[in-house]
Amino acid sequence: MPALLFWTFAAMTLVFGAAVVLNRNPIASALSLVLSFLGLAALFMGLDAFFIGIIQVLVYAGAVMVLFLFIIMLFDLRAEERRRINRVAVVGGSAVSLALFVQICLVVAELRGSHDQFPALPATRTDDVRDIGLLLFNNFNLPFQIIGVLVLVATIGVIVLSKRELR
Amino acid sequence: MATLGQYLIVSGLLFTIGFAGVMLRRNIIIIFMSLELMLNAANLSLVAFSRYRVGADGLPNYNAQVFVFFIITVAAAEVALGLAIIVALYRARQTTHVEDISTLRF
Repeated sequence: MPALLFWTFAAMTLVFGAAVVLNRNPIASALSLVLSFLGLAALFMGLDAFFIGIIQVLVYAGAVMVLFLFIIMLFDLRAEERRRINRVAVVGGSAVSLALFVQICLVVAELRGSHDQFPALPATRTDDVRDIGLLLFNNFNLPFQIIGVLVLVATIGVIVLSKRELR
Repeated sequence: MATLGQYLIVSGLLFTIGFAGVMLRRNIIIIFMSLELMLNAANLSLVAFSRYRVGADGLPNYNAQVFVFFIITVAAAEVALGLAIIVALYRARQTTHVEDISTLRF
Protein backbone atom coordinates (compact mmCIF):
# COMPACT_ATOMS: atom_id res chain seq x y z
CA MET A 1 0.00 0.00 0.00
CA PRO A 2 1.51 3.36 -0.97
CA ALA A 3 2.37 5.59 1.97
CA LEU A 4 -0.09 8.29 0.85
CA LEU A 5 -3.01 5.85 0.88
CA PHE A 6 -1.89 4.44 4.23
CA TRP A 7 -1.84 7.86 5.86
CA THR A 8 -5.17 8.84 4.25
CA PHE A 9 -6.98 5.80 5.57
CA ALA A 10 -5.19 5.88 8.93
CA ALA A 11 -6.22 9.53 9.34
CA MET A 12 -9.80 8.65 8.32
CA THR A 13 -9.93 5.82 10.88
CA LEU A 14 -8.47 7.92 13.70
CA VAL A 15 -10.32 11.19 13.02
CA PHE A 16 -13.72 9.51 12.81
CA GLY A 17 -12.80 7.30 15.76
CA ALA A 18 -12.16 10.45 17.78
CA ALA A 19 -15.44 11.89 16.45
CA VAL A 20 -17.26 8.89 17.96
CA VAL A 21 -16.03 9.88 21.40
CA LEU A 22 -16.35 13.66 20.98
CA ASN A 23 -19.80 13.95 19.37
CA ARG A 24 -22.65 14.73 21.74
CA ASN A 25 -25.30 13.38 19.37
CA PRO A 26 -25.41 9.53 19.44
CA ILE A 27 -26.52 9.31 15.79
CA ALA A 28 -23.53 11.39 14.67
CA SER A 29 -21.33 9.10 16.77
CA ALA A 30 -22.75 5.99 15.13
CA LEU A 31 -22.26 7.40 11.63
CA SER A 32 -18.67 8.39 12.49
CA LEU A 33 -18.14 4.81 13.66
CA VAL A 34 -19.25 3.54 10.23
CA LEU A 35 -16.66 5.75 8.50
CA SER A 36 -13.99 4.72 11.00
CA PHE A 37 -14.72 1.04 10.27
CA LEU A 38 -14.59 1.67 6.52
CA GLY A 39 -11.15 3.28 6.88
CA LEU A 40 -10.04 0.30 8.93
CA ALA A 41 -11.31 -2.09 6.24
CA ALA A 42 -9.19 -0.17 3.71
CA LEU A 43 -6.17 -0.56 6.00
CA PHE A 44 -6.83 -4.33 6.16
CA MET A 45 -6.93 -4.49 2.37
CA GLY A 46 -3.66 -2.55 2.25
CA LEU A 47 -2.19 -5.37 4.33
CA ASP A 48 -3.36 -7.87 1.67
CA ALA A 49 -6.02 -9.23 4.06
CA PHE A 50 -8.87 -8.96 1.57
CA PHE A 51 -11.12 -11.49 3.30
CA ILE A 52 -10.86 -9.71 6.65
CA GLY A 53 -11.47 -6.37 4.95
CA ILE A 54 -14.65 -7.61 3.30
CA ILE A 55 -15.82 -9.24 6.55
CA GLN A 56 -15.16 -5.94 8.31
CA VAL A 57 -17.38 -4.06 5.86
CA LEU A 58 -20.14 -6.69 5.90
CA VAL A 59 -20.28 -7.44 9.62
CA TYR A 60 -19.24 -4.16 11.24
CA ALA A 61 -20.14 -1.41 8.79
CA GLY A 62 -23.23 -3.39 7.77
CA ALA A 63 -24.84 -5.52 10.45
CA VAL A 64 -23.44 -4.12 13.70
CA MET A 65 -23.95 -0.49 12.75
CA VAL A 66 -27.51 -1.11 11.58
CA LEU A 67 -28.14 -2.63 15.00
CA PHE A 68 -26.65 0.41 16.75
CA LEU A 69 -28.59 2.91 14.64
CA PHE A 70 -31.77 0.87 15.09
CA ILE A 71 -31.45 0.96 18.88
CA ILE A 72 -30.61 4.70 18.92
CA MET A 73 -33.62 5.48 16.71
CA LEU A 74 -35.80 3.24 18.89
CA PHE A 75 -34.85 5.20 22.01
CA ASP A 76 -35.35 8.52 20.24
CA LEU A 77 -32.31 9.92 22.04
CA ARG A 78 -31.79 13.63 21.70
CA ALA A 79 -28.35 15.13 21.97
CA GLU A 80 -27.21 14.53 25.49
CA GLU A 81 -28.22 17.38 27.77
CA ARG A 82 -25.28 19.12 29.34
CA ARG A 83 -24.65 17.80 32.78
CA ARG A 84 -22.31 19.01 35.43
CA ILE A 85 -18.98 17.70 34.22
CA ASN A 86 -17.00 15.89 36.86
CA ARG A 87 -13.68 17.61 36.27
CA VAL A 88 -11.64 15.12 38.30
CA ALA A 89 -13.01 12.22 36.24
CA VAL A 90 -12.27 13.98 32.93
CA VAL A 91 -8.71 14.90 33.92
CA GLY A 92 -8.06 11.46 35.40
CA GLY A 93 -9.50 9.62 32.39
CA SER A 94 -7.47 11.71 29.96
CA ALA A 95 -4.31 11.20 31.99
CA VAL A 96 -4.77 7.42 32.13
CA SER A 97 -5.46 7.30 28.37
CA LEU A 98 -2.39 9.41 27.64
CA ALA A 99 -0.25 7.18 29.86
CA LEU A 100 -1.57 4.13 28.00
CA PHE A 101 -0.67 5.66 24.63
CA VAL A 102 2.82 6.64 25.79
CA GLN A 103 3.38 3.08 26.99
CA ILE A 104 2.19 1.64 23.67
CA CYS A 105 4.60 3.98 21.85
CA LEU A 106 7.48 2.89 24.09
CA VAL A 107 6.71 -0.80 23.49
CA VAL A 108 6.51 -0.28 19.71
CA ALA A 109 9.80 1.65 19.76
CA GLU A 110 11.46 -1.23 21.62
CA LEU A 111 9.95 -3.87 19.33
CA ARG A 112 12.47 -5.64 17.12
CA GLY A 113 11.58 -5.12 13.47
CA SER A 114 9.17 -2.23 13.97
CA HIS A 115 11.11 -0.20 11.35
CA ASP A 116 11.12 -3.04 8.79
CA GLN A 117 9.18 -2.89 5.57
CA PHE A 118 6.69 -5.68 5.06
CA PRO A 119 8.22 -8.55 3.03
CA ALA A 120 6.98 -8.89 -0.53
CA LEU A 121 4.42 -11.57 -1.33
CA PRO A 122 4.89 -13.98 -4.25
CA ALA A 123 3.45 -12.68 -7.50
CA THR A 124 1.49 -15.89 -8.22
CA ARG A 125 -0.46 -16.21 -5.01
CA THR A 126 -3.77 -17.93 -4.55
CA ASP A 127 -6.63 -15.99 -3.05
CA ASP A 128 -6.53 -15.62 0.71
CA VAL A 129 -10.17 -16.68 1.17
CA ARG A 130 -9.17 -20.19 0.09
CA ASP A 131 -6.16 -20.27 2.42
CA ILE A 132 -8.10 -18.96 5.42
CA GLY A 133 -10.95 -21.37 4.70
CA LEU A 134 -8.60 -24.36 4.55
CA LEU A 135 -6.96 -23.33 7.81
CA LEU A 136 -10.33 -22.66 9.46
CA PHE A 137 -11.84 -26.02 8.58
CA ASN A 138 -8.69 -28.13 9.07
CA ASN A 139 -6.76 -26.68 12.01
CA PHE A 140 -9.50 -24.67 13.74
CA ASN A 141 -12.50 -26.91 13.23
CA LEU A 142 -13.38 -27.32 16.91
CA PRO A 143 -13.12 -23.58 17.73
CA PHE A 144 -15.25 -22.90 14.67
CA GLN A 145 -18.01 -25.17 15.96
CA ILE A 146 -17.74 -23.67 19.45
CA ILE A 147 -18.18 -20.23 17.85
CA GLY A 148 -21.32 -21.58 16.19
CA VAL A 149 -22.69 -22.62 19.60
CA LEU A 150 -21.75 -19.19 20.98
CA VAL A 151 -23.74 -17.43 18.28
CA LEU A 152 -26.68 -19.73 19.00
CA VAL A 153 -26.46 -18.91 22.72
CA ALA A 154 -26.32 -15.20 21.89
CA THR A 155 -29.43 -15.53 19.71
CA ILE A 156 -31.36 -17.31 22.46
CA GLY A 157 -30.08 -14.83 25.03
CA VAL A 158 -31.32 -11.88 22.98
CA ILE A 159 -34.76 -13.48 22.65
CA VAL A 160 -34.95 -14.10 26.40
CA LEU A 161 -33.78 -10.55 27.21
CA SER A 162 -36.29 -9.03 24.79
CA LYS A 163 -39.26 -10.60 26.51
CA ARG A 164 -41.50 -8.09 28.15
CA GLU A 165 -41.43 -9.67 31.59
CA LEU A 166 -37.96 -10.51 32.87
CA ARG A 167 -38.11 -13.20 35.50
CA MET B 1 5.09 1.31 1.93
CA ALA B 2 4.38 1.82 5.59
CA THR B 3 6.36 -0.03 8.23
CA LEU B 4 5.10 -2.44 10.87
CA GLY B 5 5.69 0.15 13.59
CA GLN B 6 3.45 2.70 11.87
CA TYR B 7 0.57 0.24 11.72
CA LEU B 8 1.10 -0.61 15.39
CA ILE B 9 1.09 3.09 16.35
CA VAL B 10 -2.18 3.63 14.44
CA SER B 11 -3.60 0.58 16.20
CA GLY B 12 -2.42 1.84 19.58
CA LEU B 13 -3.89 5.29 18.96
CA LEU B 14 -7.23 3.75 17.96
CA PHE B 15 -7.19 1.63 21.12
CA THR B 16 -6.42 4.73 23.19
CA ILE B 17 -9.33 6.61 21.59
CA GLY B 18 -11.65 3.73 22.48
CA PHE B 19 -10.24 3.56 26.00
CA ALA B 20 -10.71 7.31 26.47
CA GLY B 21 -14.29 6.92 25.25
CA VAL B 22 -14.99 4.27 27.88
CA MET B 23 -13.37 6.39 30.59
CA LEU B 24 -14.85 9.79 29.68
CA ARG B 25 -18.31 9.27 28.20
CA ARG B 26 -21.38 8.62 30.33
CA ASN B 27 -23.80 7.50 27.60
CA ILE B 28 -23.92 3.72 27.70
CA ILE B 29 -24.35 3.42 23.92
CA ILE B 30 -21.25 5.54 23.26
CA ILE B 31 -19.33 3.42 25.77
CA PHE B 32 -20.39 0.35 23.82
CA MET B 33 -19.22 1.90 20.53
CA SER B 34 -15.87 2.68 22.14
CA LEU B 35 -15.55 -0.98 23.11
CA GLU B 36 -15.98 -1.87 19.44
CA LEU B 37 -13.21 0.60 18.55
CA MET B 38 -10.86 -1.13 21.01
CA LEU B 39 -11.66 -4.57 19.55
CA ASN B 40 -10.95 -3.24 16.05
CA ALA B 41 -7.64 -1.76 17.15
CA ALA B 42 -6.59 -5.22 18.35
CA ASN B 43 -7.67 -6.65 14.98
CA LEU B 44 -5.52 -4.13 13.12
CA SER B 45 -2.37 -5.08 15.02
CA LEU B 46 -3.14 -8.80 14.53
CA VAL B 47 -3.47 -8.34 10.76
CA ALA B 48 -0.28 -6.24 10.65
CA PHE B 49 1.66 -8.99 12.43
CA SER B 50 0.08 -11.59 10.14
CA ARG B 51 1.38 -9.69 7.09
CA TYR B 52 4.80 -9.21 8.70
CA ARG B 53 5.41 -12.87 9.60
CA VAL B 54 5.65 -14.37 6.14
CA GLY B 55 5.94 -18.15 6.24
CA ALA B 56 8.18 -20.52 4.28
CA ASP B 57 5.75 -20.50 1.33
CA GLY B 58 5.95 -16.70 1.14
CA LEU B 59 2.34 -16.22 2.28
CA PRO B 60 1.20 -14.23 5.33
CA ASN B 61 0.66 -16.13 8.55
CA TYR B 62 -3.05 -16.84 8.22
CA ASN B 63 -3.42 -18.08 11.82
CA ALA B 64 -3.73 -14.46 12.94
CA GLN B 65 -6.39 -13.77 10.32
CA VAL B 66 -8.41 -16.78 11.49
CA PHE B 67 -8.12 -15.32 14.99
CA VAL B 68 -9.40 -11.96 13.70
CA PHE B 69 -12.31 -13.83 12.11
CA PHE B 70 -13.17 -15.32 15.51
CA ILE B 71 -12.86 -11.93 17.21
CA ILE B 72 -15.25 -10.37 14.69
CA THR B 73 -17.76 -13.18 15.26
CA VAL B 74 -17.58 -12.87 19.03
CA ALA B 75 -17.88 -9.09 18.76
CA ALA B 76 -21.02 -9.42 16.64
CA ALA B 77 -22.57 -11.75 19.23
CA GLU B 78 -21.48 -9.36 21.98
CA VAL B 79 -23.11 -6.39 20.24
CA ALA B 80 -26.40 -8.25 19.83
CA LEU B 81 -26.48 -9.29 23.50
CA GLY B 82 -25.22 -5.97 24.82
CA LEU B 83 -27.80 -3.95 22.91
CA ALA B 84 -30.53 -6.30 24.15
CA ILE B 85 -29.37 -5.64 27.72
CA ILE B 86 -29.32 -1.87 27.02
CA VAL B 87 -32.88 -2.07 25.67
CA ALA B 88 -33.99 -3.96 28.79
CA LEU B 89 -32.27 -1.34 30.98
CA TYR B 90 -33.88 1.51 29.06
CA ARG B 91 -37.27 -0.11 29.44
CA ALA B 92 -36.79 -0.37 33.20
CA ARG B 93 -35.19 3.05 33.82
CA GLN B 94 -35.88 5.28 30.76
CA THR B 95 -32.25 6.39 30.67
CA THR B 96 -28.96 5.53 28.97
CA HIS B 97 -26.87 7.61 31.34
CA VAL B 98 -24.62 5.35 33.40
CA GLU B 99 -24.75 7.57 36.47
CA ASP B 100 -28.51 7.03 36.66
CA ILE B 101 -28.05 3.25 36.67
CA SER B 102 -26.24 2.67 39.93
CA THR B 103 -28.22 -0.05 41.69
CA LEU B 104 -25.26 -2.42 41.62
CA ARG B 105 -22.81 0.21 42.81
CA PHE B 106 -21.32 -0.47 46.21
